[in-house]
Amino acid sequence: MSVPTKLQQMPEQNQLEFKAVLLLSFMLALLTASALYLMYARGLFESTQTLVLVSDDSEGVVAGMDLTFSGFPIGRVRRIELAEDGKARIVVGVASKDAHWLRQSSVFTLVRGLVGGTNIRAYSGLMSDKPLEDGAVRTVLQGDAGAEVPKLIAAAKDLLESVNTLVSKQGALGASFANLEVLTAKINGPGGALTVLLGGQGQAQKLITTLDRTNALLARVDGLAAKADTQVFGEKGVLPETQATVAQFNALLSDARTSLSKVDAVLVQAQAIGANVKDGTSDLNLLRGEVESSLRKVDGLINEINRKWPFARDTELKLP
Amino acid sequence: MLVTRAHLHASYHQNMIFIAPWRDLLERTNRSAQTWLVQWWRLAHLGAVLMLLALSPSSYKRADRLVLARHVYDNTAPIMTSFALLCALISLVLTRIVTATALSYGLSQYALQVVIRVLVLELIPLTAALFVALRCTIPDAAELAELKARGDLDKLISQGINPVHREVLPRVMAGIFSTITLAVLSCVVALLVAYATTYGFNLAGFAGYTRLFGQVFTPAVTLIFVMKTLLFSLAVSLIPMASAWYGSTDNNTRSSAEMRGLMRMFAIILLIEVLSLVGNYY
Repeated sequence: MSVPTKLQQMPEQNQLEFKAVLLLSFMLALLTASALYLMYARGLFESTQTLVLVSDDSEGVVAGMDLTFSGFPIGRVRRIELAEDGKARIVVGVASKDAHWLRQSSVFTLVRGLVGGTNIRAYSGLMSDKPLEDGAVRTVLQGDAGAEVPKLIAAAKDLLESVNTLVSKQGALGASFANLEVLTAKINGPGGALTVLLGGQGQAQKLITTLDRTNALLARVDGLAAKADTQVFGEKGVLPETQATVAQFNALLSDARTSLSKVDAVLVQAQAIGANVKDGTSDLNLLRGEVESSLRKVDGLINEINRKWPFARDTELKLP
Repeated sequence: MLVTRAHLHASYHQNMIFIAPWRDLLERTNRSAQTWLVQWWRLAHLGAVLMLLALSPSSYKRADRLVLARHVYDNTAPIMTSFALLCALISLVLTRIVTATALSYGLSQYALQVVIRVLVLELIPLTAALFVALRCTIPDAAELAELKARGDLDKLISQGINPVHREVLPRVMAGIFSTITLAVLSCVVALLVAYATTYGFNLAGFAGYTRLFGQVFTPAVTLIFVMKTLLFSLAVSLIPMASAWYGSTDNNTRSSAEMRGLMRMFAIILLIEVLSLVGNYY
């Protein structure tokens, strides 16, 4: 190999080496950038605070899944552990820059959807509350759409069965509808609703006849009432006569009232006479008392005389 | 007595007619099993030797370095742009298909995750490995076989140069480098295309996209992905080269050594892919 050729080859070789180094650097740069991006995506560069969610069941929760607030991911599950009391402890790393969304009164839910994974959501009602401290332990509320489905289906099945039974030809509703159909046909037929009410066309006819006769009767009663009116309230009716009688009776009553007042006066006088008689009777009682005492005195005097008298007679009867 | 002897003679031949195919089959099976084992052993041995050489500084003398630089550059630079474009196209089409399908089922929130999983995790490393195999390492192996057939390798030995050092190692290293570079490049391209297809050319969805990417690439998945890409690169670089290096020892087989090398390479790629799938999803 001649010297000029070698000299010509040297820059070419250097260029080739340079290109290869460039390619190698490109690959290394790509690899480093990918690794850094992956670390950034895994959250290795963000500072976090820990939040522990306690749940009865951690089914569906996997490390790396998001904790969302208003649909925005603010943290991710770091690990899941089983606590001493048998409950699942979901350790969540919440990014420090988003931690202010979580308050002391925040509520955490673990919801399992019908399709897709489980979601952990945070709700903060009172934003004026104190911020959630690092390492806080909260109980997570669980809602399981999947668990409700079998119950819902069972209930729906029962309901459908009941509706089927009700609607079937043998069912109550079916029979009712059949009866209703017959009823409607009867209502539409001759006799109309009356046939339905009375149970037959003949009966309905009877009722109509009865109604006609009642109408005629009512017309007659009407005439009778008019006549009775004349009899009672007419010029020579019962009522004017009665009124005259009542007037006479009133006059008679006033006469009787006068007579009674007179009798009243007589009675007053008689009462006075009675009082006088009563006084007279009391005087007589006095007189009788006096007479009785006089008689007793006389009696005593006679007894005295008899005792003092020598001719005293033995009044005692002696039986032989 | 004579009749009996003749009878015995005939029955012996009859027995031989029945036994011969079995013996033949057993012999063939034994031979092919031996060949199979020897080939795998040679592959493992060459792999180990090359790894040692790659790690020893003596392999990077100026002359060797130049050869290595030439192979690395020739194997990677010309196909990089075309492969990146091809990848962008495939990513665009697949992202559109997955997004549209997910939207029609009302599952659009899972579309991007599916795209990242299918494209970046599974399809792209495999495509990169196959692309490098077809464009670089298989032609390289053919070149090596030609050198060997022409007796150039013997000339190198006579000059005191180790042909494994000078001809095999640079080609294998270039294949590995090319596979890894293309895989990483096409992953980045696929991620960018998927983002642009979903969110358009703005940064509105960057935070969510990054988060999603982080969710897909868990440490286990990342490890499997890295291991898979490395093993793919090793498989596509080493197996064709080993086939060419050891060449065909027996000329009575139907397929050539290169073809058998290719078969082996595809089998290994399939095995790696299956293992990675098992690792990722079980």
